[in-house]
Amino acid sequence: MAALFEGFTLCGVVSGSARAEAALLGVEAEREEDRVVVTDCGRSVTVYKVSDQKPLGSWHVRQGQSLTCPAVWSSRSGEYVAVTDSRVIRIWKDDDTTFEKTFKATVCADVARIHAAADSEPVVLFARGAVRMLDALLEAPQQPIEEVLSEEEVIRSVCRCAQCFYSCKEDCYLYLQRFNPNSLHKYKLETGESRARPLSLCATVRNQSIKLLCLYSSGCLYQSVLSMRGTIQDGVQLLPRTLLLRLPVEDGHLSSASVVSLDEGNLAMVGVPHPSASAGKEFLCIWNTNFQTLQAAKELTGRIYGQLWSYSGRLYVPHGKALTVIPYECERSSLATALGRLQQDRSDGEQLVTTVVSWNTLLHEDTIQHQKGARGVETRQSVRHRGNNVPLAPMLRKFTVVSFTAVPSLLLLLIIRYIFLSCVTRDVEMILSGTADPELQLVVGRLASQLVSRCQSDSAFYPHHTLAQLVHTRCVCHSLCPNLLMLALEKKDYSLAQLCLQHFPDIPEAVTCACLKAFLDDLQTENLEPDSVSFMEGMVAVCKRDGALENGFSPVLLEEDSCDVNAPTTRAKGKADWLVLDMPCPVGVKKAALLNEILQTAHTDSFLLPHLKDLTAQQVVLFLQYLQFLYLKYYQDISAQAPGLRSPTVTQIMDWVCSTLDAHFTVLVMLPEARDLLFQLHKFVRSQVRLICELGKIQGSLQDLHKLKQTEDADLYSIEVIELF
Amino acid sequence: MGEFKVHRVRFFGYMPSGIRCMSFNERAERLALGRLDGTLEIFNFKDSFYQEKVIPGNDSRSVEAVCWVAERLFTAGLNGEITEYDLENLCPKYSLDAFGGPIWTVACNAQGTHLAVGCEDGSIKLFEILPEKIRFERNLDRQKGRVLSLSWHESGTRIAAGMLDMIRIFDVQSGHATHRMLVDRGVSGMRNHECVVWCVAFLSDLTVISTDSSGKVQVWNAAMGILSSTHLVSKSDVLSLAVSKDESSFVVGTSEGTVVQFQFLANILGGDEKAWVRTKTFKPHTHDVRALAEIGTAVVSGGLDTQLVVRPLLDKVDIMSYDNVLHKIHFPHRSLVSCAQKAGMLLFQFPAQLEVWRLGESEGRGKPGDTLFVKKNPEKLLQLKRKGEDHISCSAISPCGGWLAYSTVSSLRVYRLQCDEHVSISKVPKLPKVLRSAHQLSFSDDSSKLFAASTHSMVHVISLSQSECKHLHTFKPKSGSTEPVHLLAASKDGKWLAAANRGCEIHIYNLHKLKPHCTVPIYGSCPTAMGIHPTSNNLLMVHADRQIFEYSIVEKQYTDWSRRVQREGLHKLWLERDTPVTHVTFNPRNAAQFMLHDTYMFCIIDQSLPLPDNKCQFYNQITLKSLSEQERLSHAHAFKMCTKYQHLLFLGLLDDESLVVVQRPLTDIASQLPAPVRLKKFAT
Repeated sequence: MAALFEGFTLCGVVSGSARAEAALLGVEAEREEDRVVVTDCGRSVTVYKVSDQKPLGSWHVRQGQSLTCPAVWSSRSGEYVAVTDSRVIRIWKDDDTTFEKTFKATVCADVARIHAAADSEPVVLFARGAVRMLDALLEAPQQPIEEVLSEEEVIRSVCRCAQCFYSCKEDCYLYLQRFNPNSLHKYKLETGESRARPLSLCATVRNQSIKLLCLYSSGCLYQSVLSMRGTIQDGVQLLPRTLLLRLPVEDGHLSSASVVSLDEGNLAMVGVPHPSASAGKEFLCIWNTNFQTLQAAKELTGRIYGQLWSYSGRLYVPHGKALTVIPYECERSSLATALGRLQQDRSDGEQLVTTVVSWNTLLHEDTIQHQKGARGVETRQSVRHRGNNVPLAPMLRKFTVVSFTAVPSLLLLLIIRYIFLSCVTRDVEMILSGTADPELQLVVGRLASQLVSRCQSDSAFYPHHTLAQLVHTRCVCHSLCPNLLMLALEKKDYSLAQLCLQHFPDIPEAVTCACLKAFLDDLQTENLEPDSVSFMEGMVAVCKRDGALENGFSPVLLEEDSCDVNAPTTRAKGKADWLVLDMPCPVGVKKAALLNEILQTAHTDSFLLPHLKDLTAQQVVLFLQYLQFLYLKYYQDISAQAPGLRSPTVTQIMDWVCSTLDAHFTVLVMLPEARDLLFQLHKFVRSQVRLICELGKIQGSLQDLHKLKQTEDADLYSIEVIELF
Repeated sequence: MGEFKVHRVRFFGYMPSGIRCMSFNERAERLALGRLDGTLEIFNFKDSFYQEKVIPGNDSRSVEAVCWVAERLFTAGLNGEITEYDLENLCPKYSLDAFGGPIWTVACNAQGTHLAVGCEDGSIKLFEILPEKIRFERNLDRQKGRVLSLSWHESGTRIAAGMLDMIRIFDVQSGHATHRMLVDRGVSGMRNHECVVWCVAFLSDLTVISTDSSGKVQVWNAAMGILSSTHLVSKSDVLSLAVSKDESSFVVGTSEGTVVQFQFLANILGGDEKAWVRTKTFKPHTHDVRALAEIGTAVVSGGLDTQLVVRPLLDKVDIMSYDNVLHKIHFPHRSLVSCAQKAGMLLFQFPAQLEVWRLGESEGRGKPGDTLFVKKNPEKLLQLKRKGEDHISCSAISPCGGWLAYSTVSSLRVYRLQCDEHVSISKVPKLPKVLRSAHQLSFSDDSSKLFAASTHSMVHVISLSQSECKHLHTFKPKSGSTEPVHLLAASKDGKWLAAANRGCEIHIYNLHKLKPHCTVPIYGSCPTAMGIHPTSNNLLMVHADRQIFEYSIVEKQYTDWSRRVQREGLHKLWLERDTPVTHVTFNPRNAAQFMLHDTYMFCIIDQSLPLPDNKCQFYNQITLKSLSEQERLSHAHAFKMCTKYQHLLFLGLLDDESLVVVQRPLTDIASQLPAPVRLKKFAT
């Protein structure tokens, strides 16, 4: 799982609105992890200590001069290197106060970029494609520089870790410069039929191979792997590529976007629209390429420039009038972490439906599907016509044109904005029945997010039944429609919330906690899922019946007080009645059923903890009481875990007890009303631990039985017959 | 392929003796091992841990400490003598009384010029090592209390001595003690008991490591005479200590059977300040770990539970191979059992006696897997106690069961055995003078000749008859090798005799012409078992690295089958087997088959079948059993492994074509050991 944390502003961005292409010249790493060199578009270079948000040093060029490439820190020599006015290389140290007195050298060709990879000498890339080591260049600054690129080619993007850049005229080419031995390779970048332009390149070196990520203006992200070792024949080759992601792009083309690889499976992107957010908002997104899921997103205010850097666990993105630093965290992604720790076991055959959208399979097929889908939708238009009196005719004409290029359900989605509640239900039903399976997910996802956004804008509009129906298709998941669950909570539609909790495999911990909070707070609910309620009813019934023991059996008391875990209400009865382990269920049956759903959601402890802390003390006490109730019940009556019904397992209960105690321990200790509860819990747990110890001993001694082989008769002498084959 | 009737014998009460001390010779890669009964064993670590030489013990001699000086081997014992051994004739060369009472320890300096011994009377005596002998030089200052352990500093100018309750550092030049370091007696209950410093080691940086009877491992600064650190590793004694060659780690052995490794490590990663840190704990033994050696990539340990354990230190191992996996050596790598095939009798060799048993008889026949009814029980015919104090080194019974011979380092005796109604035994008088002792004894197939391998690789041929016993001939190897012969094999037709010595040479002699016939090309690994095929007269040899060769004596060249084995290679699992093959027999029913056994299996090798390659299933008996007759043919390969019988000491074939397996289960050995140090375990 990847997560974006709260960001902060490092510095302002001074670029005027006239400069469209970039906000900053660059952000480069400095000697320490916590420091960066920021070069702005004007005349200054500033070193920041990032965690303190404080500039450590700043240098300005004289009026009339300008910086033309981002300043870099050369770890070899401990100096900064920058270029002014395209041809003057300037080198200075920390203690130099102004640019004027620093070393400078004028070279005889325009410099495009300087690169300083860690532990190696800086490299100068000229605008016409030649490459020199900085030291070699400074020995003879006026040395002639050859031209690699032809006249009409321009360097469009340069990546850091390997010297690769691409240039563009009609076609786009990728040049890969290697050192030791020096060689330059030229690859042709495919642009496909749509004439998509490469927007951003990102290269990482792993296992002797260069992994290039290339984001095209069509929203496609391709990966190419080039070997560092193998000899490559001369001449232009077509760069082999594989499609990693195809991101939805509203209007066909991205203008400026940037991609940065964070680790093997995760990458950050800026300038690419969020799949379920409305247009006009800009997001910083972390995508997982292995699962093709959106891992985290953060909205950025102001315009973005399509620039993004990542150094030591932080993303640097200029937007609006500021450069924002956003720390991120990428845990190594695996299926387990992607789906959370406690993926509930869905053993029933009918429930086996994938809920993660596979963009690949969906979108590769769209050309064929479009036409099919479009036809289907058109037949339905007549129905809709009769159902409402909004003048749709001009719009529909427009859609028939659009529908060949966009996903067909778009048609309906826009219509949703205009029609009434009753019609929505019917239309959605129609669509659901008429859509083919692979497309269903996409359609349902879009439908759901549009419905939700309409609900949010129009407080009177709330199609509970339709939403429930959509959730029931199991094609919606939380990342497809992030606001659905929150909307249900807002509208106090707890039965929908329960459905979501049951069906979404990917609910973030924050939302889980919000649900928990809401459920603990108040509850007047009606229609919950019958199974879960009947399970709780059964459990409460067990607890009432429990007073009478069956056939007079009375287990021998291990230790008089250690097992005394009576609830406060039954405490008065005294110790003799120790077996009355039951406490009344502290919450109502329906509330309990909802809480059970919470207990069964997938979650990761470390992400859950901060959100759990939001609960108030009263909520925590209530929740703990309920957990204790469940725990005691399970301990008492194994059959409480009815096999057919959805019910939390003991492990899940224990996990939640641990997490809750962990999050609120100090509060609970201070709280007088929690005292009894904690004492009882402790006593009971202690008795259980003792039991486990004893069981462990028995297990240990019985284990040896396995080792005892059936020793043949220990006779000193026998005569046997054997056969060999 | 065939059914066999198996006499499964478990009444051989073989009991190995506990391990007392060991010393590893880095240069020759040989480990010398002293046992409690005074036996010395030499293992060749280059050659698959093969037990190369055994010097039989002596009742009056004890081995308390063993020490290599270059290629020479010295021991000292509680009889107060220092003994040097003749490693070619496998006997003591000379003994020298140190006149200091029982000797507890012996140590040689790094230069190899002096031996120091620690005596019961508190003296440390220095002996000068001369080419052929050692000579007493002087005493260091005599102290009160016995000297239990000694260690030279590598400069040869100082000696650390572990005594009762203290360690003393001596200056060798002056002979005076320069430091006296007192060892704490440990926990309060033990205050009245003296603390015995069982081992000391003097490192080159003037650090002294000591282990003692209160369970402590202590590191001392000998320059200052102060204690640097104490590690409590056991509740009972820490008995042994071995330091690695580079002095970066050492191991200690406790009386609870554990071995604990300490390493000299930096306190913080990459830091300069280093300290001795306890790193690993093994429990290879059940009883006292009396002897330890650290040999670079492995820890060798031995103790009262009689087994020798070679445990690899995996942090020092780069590639896993046969040489660096765990090895446990329980049984000697030579046969202690000989079988009179024609008479159905077994001879068991103990250090102090011989036992002759007659096998039982069964009734009727049975299906495979059956245990037959024993009509007649096995019978112990004879128990013959040896004369003198020397332990028996080798023995043999003739195939007809009429002759019995055994040898110690000092004498050789031949007996005439008659067991009809009642058993009678008579010593053969007036043996030829050449027969003084033997390393190996063997009878010819018709029991008319006795072959005795003697000193300098000589083999004496003695003709036996009712009336007299005559020396016929002595074969000497042409190579002039003086290594002891450890294997003898005579052909069934009485024409050929093969003798293998520890120098890996195998000589073949012609008994009709009484002339050397040829020498088998020398292979780099020591032969562990060999036999001459009864019909084809091919010599079959198995070496310590488990390679199998077949050599045609008549044609004086390797046979085609042998060449095929070498060309195709043996199966990986065969080459990785842990114990050497100790016996070869031939199946009279099928001339293409012969049988081998090691401690954990026996196998029949069929030369007419294809050899297994590494891809095919090696242990395939269970698979074959489940297949039909036709399918078996396509799946069968030459190695027919039977692992049903474990802990095999012997496997032989009687004339009635039934097999004899002699087993000695380890549990039986363990049950005869003294009780181990009591440790609290659950449910005990």
